[in-house]
Amino acid sequence: MTLDFSVVANAWQALLYGVMGTMLLAVFGMALAMIIGVLGVAILRAQMRIPSFLVTAFVEIIRNTPFLVQIYFIFFALPLAGIRLNPTITAILALGLNGGAYAIEIIRGGVESISKGQTEAGLALGLHRGEVFRLIVLKPALKAIYPSLSSQFILLTLTTAICTSISAYELTSVGQRIEAETFRSFEVYFTLTMIYLVISLITMWALAAIGKRAFNYPDR
Amino acid sequence: MGMQELTYLLQGLGWTLILTAMGFLGGIVFGVVVALMRVSSRPWLRYPAIAWIGLFQGTPLLMQLFVAYFGLPLLGFDVPAWAAVGFALTAHASAFLGEIWRGAIQAVPKGQTEAANALGLHARSRMFDVIVPQAFKLSLPATVGFLVQLLKGTSLAAIVGFIELARAGVIVSNQIYKPLVVFGVVGVMYFVICWPLSLYGRYLERRMSAGVSK
Repeated sequence: MTLDFSVVANAWQALLYGVMGTMLLAVFGMALAMIIGVLGVAILRAQMRIPSFLVTAFVEIIRNTPFLVQIYFIFFALPLAGIRLNPTITAILALGLNGGAYAIEIIRGGVESISKGQTEAGLALGLHRGEVFRLIVLKPALKAIYPSLSSQFILLTLTTAICTSISAYELTSVGQRIEAETFRSFEVYFTLTMIYLVISLITMWALAAIGKRAFNYPDR
Repeated sequence: MGMQELTYLLQGLGWTLILTAMGFLGGIVFGVVVALMRVSSRPWLRYPAIAWIGLFQGTPLLMQLFVAYFGLPLLGFDVPAWAAVGFALTAHASAFLGEIWRGAIQAVPKGQTEAANALGLHARSRMFDVIVPQAFKLSLPATVGFLVQLLKGTSLAAIVGFIELARAGVIVSNQIYKPLVVFGVVGVMYFVICWPLSLYGRYLERRMSAGVSK
């Protein structure tokens, strides 16, 4: 058995598009996750019983079931609810919901790390509740949680591979198509693994650089 | 969904638990090696461990499963699917547990090492009698957390074609055309096992932070 990577190399254009698909899923999924995360924490902090319970239940269910089962469930549930989306949009939705549950946990931890005196001081200065949340709680909290969010983003990027199960357009599904045409399974998946490794290394480096710039202000 | 389908799903659940146990037990054995190499002062031990951890944390578990599944036969190991999946999960777990335990070992206060040195303990005794027992306790919450991750991760064996709980769900769902019911039940089965573990992990974490703040 000899290895033949040439068939994989010949498909470099398809792979490049696959990488773009993966990054697209990751970026939009993370954006949705952040929205869900901030909304979830805002609901939890409002301390209303039933909405808080629903958010907590959402977080626990997402965190304690596999993403694969979640994405299948959403994939089959949407059409039954009369919503027809293409697989890639469905994948972004599933990634956003999954990442959102983790984002809620991370953001809540960051928000809780802001002492209550800060909020009270903000209110005493005559800021609105919304302003206090945005300027005094959210921004410093973001700085504190940026590292966790960064690794969550990497994790989400790696999770996009699972979206091949509903044939969303991303690197793994592109790879599976090449595999089906060439039967070079090992070569294809080995190459994909290396591409994913490069993607996460570059992402990690870029996020660290962005973090350095964006949060370059004194703590106190 | 009848009794027959439910039994089929439960069989899948059995395989999910077997895969998790294989990955976790193998991961413990090799994870200890990875962690000890990672904290070693010798570069030729430390760098391979860093690369190993980076490789498994920087690539999708799905790819790791595929590479093992198609790669092992190329290397001359004609193993059944469960063994290939178990091998990949073990390697995956060794990297993650190794990194968790590296953190725990380095979180043990430096005074402990100094005290052990002052008492004239050998390197081996210092590590295994002083540092490791304390690191073990520190690492428990994260270790339990990873066990939940691993259990959920075994579902990816379904994409490789191995019939565990998630794959059993796909098969049953294709047979009876009730995907929401089937994946709902499958989700509940995962949840029933993972949730208590998560709660236990959080309990350990709380108890530990209470101990620290005293």
